[in-house]
Amino acid sequence: MYSNGYIFRYASIMVIVVAALLSAAAILLQPAQERNVKIEKIQDILRSAHIESTTANAEQLYDKHIVKEIVINAAGEELAIYTNGKFEKGDRRAFLIDLKAELKAKQQIAAGKTAQEPVFPLFVCEKDGELIYIIPMHGVGLWGPVWGNIALKSDMNTVEGVTFGHKGETPGLGAEISTEIFTSQFPAKTLFDANGNFASISVVKGGVGNSNIDPAHGVDAISGGTITSNGVSAMIKDCLENYVTYFKNQKAL
Amino acid sequence: MSTGTTEREPLFSAKTKKLLLGPLNKDNPITVQVLGICSALAVTVKLEPAVVMSISVIVVTAMSNLLISLLRNTIPPRIRIIVQLVVIAALVILVDQVLKAFVYDVSKQLSVFVGLIITNCIIMGRLEAFAMANKPWPSFVDGIGNGLGYGIILIIVAFFRELLGSGTIWGFHVMPKAFYELGYVNNGLMILPPMALIVVGIIIWVQRSRNPELQEEK
Repeated sequence: MYSNGYIFRYASIMVIVVAALLSAAAILLQPAQERNVKIEKIQDILRSAHIESTTANAEQLYDKHIVKEIVINAAGEELAIYTNGKFEKGDRRAFLIDLKAELKAKQQIAAGKTAQEPVFPLFVCEKDGELIYIIPMHGVGLWGPVWGNIALKSDMNTVEGVTFGHKGETPGLGAEISTEIFTSQFPAKTLFDANGNFASISVVKGGVGNSNIDPAHGVDAISGGTITSNGVSAMIKDCLENYVTYFKNQKAL
Repeated sequence: MSTGTTEREPLFSAKTKKLLLGPLNKDNPITVQVLGICSALAVTVKLEPAVVMSISVIVVTAMSNLLISLLRNTIPPRIRIIVQLVVIAALVILVDQVLKAFVYDVSKQLSVFVGLIITNCIIMGRLEAFAMANKPWPSFVDGIGNGLGYGIILIIVAFFRELLGSGTIWGFHVMPKAFYELGYVNNGLMILPPMALIVVGIIIWVQRSRNPELQEEK
């Protein structure tokens, strides 16, 4: 029979060997994995402006089309500008900003706690001679995080296109936000009303046609995916309102 | 043991062949033993994830069978399940990491189901029933056989679900345009999990009617 000592020794050695093996694998594969995540992010950003890319040419297309990465604060000031591979101002790349952390900081400040001043990323894309402004978004769905990118035409008001992603919304219901059926409702919607006030774009349960929301500022929600739809609605408002001052300043120029 | 008297078994004797090919038909883990059904429902909407999932399971069953068989004389019986689980879990995490690094798109589609290979009854079942009592080579072959048996069902189910549900095979459109013009529509029900169960049911039906010895006596 095996003694207790043997069993303990056996288990300890086994665990240490397995831990070493898995750590080694994780460290070796990390660069490839991080590159995949980066390329996915690039593809999402490009897709919102209707630029289709493959994993092979994504980085190339990004360098070609994204002419400027801007970091702004809630007061609408440009803190950093990154263009053509170098910094024109400041030292932060919009691409590397962790939007989730920035939104959390914003929430904490709103709740009266102290936190670092939140900053927000903005990508300026040039396509067929027109400037498109792309804003990344991050929010909460039913089961986990939802995120997306919204691309605005050069008037900083009309939507060019959107993409949405999610971690684990219900297939067939909430998960439909990332399908064409849902995202194709967004182009040509506008963020600001006739008086120039921020109206956001709401995802309306029961359909925009049946509500008192202006069809220019609303899209139909997904039946059976109410909580995800509300999450998307809140995400769009929460993320875009940070840029309102900036856009107004830019338009006044 | 003198080397002259015992004849060395050839690599693919009748016995090992049976280990490899048995699970493809009469010992199939899904249709006969009804193990690993859960993941078979989840990853068979499209052919590509089904194939990647099958390869992952084959790697995990074969390697865990091999490792446990090599260790079988040193494993204290009282913690053998823990040892088996650690080996399986380590292999599954490795597979998951490799998929994330090299086939990121597919790994996203498979999402949690790669991780859930750990709980796939086929693997633990083979370790307990076979690898703990057999030599490394037969165990390895047994693992590959059972992984293949699992994979082949997955691929058959995925083939029909993708063809009828999306009109594509491996992402390429194969349904002729003329069909759609005549009013044919993709069957959305095929994409939902219940149809996987029904397709598996049909496979079991076909298999049993061809192999009467699989039918239970009334």
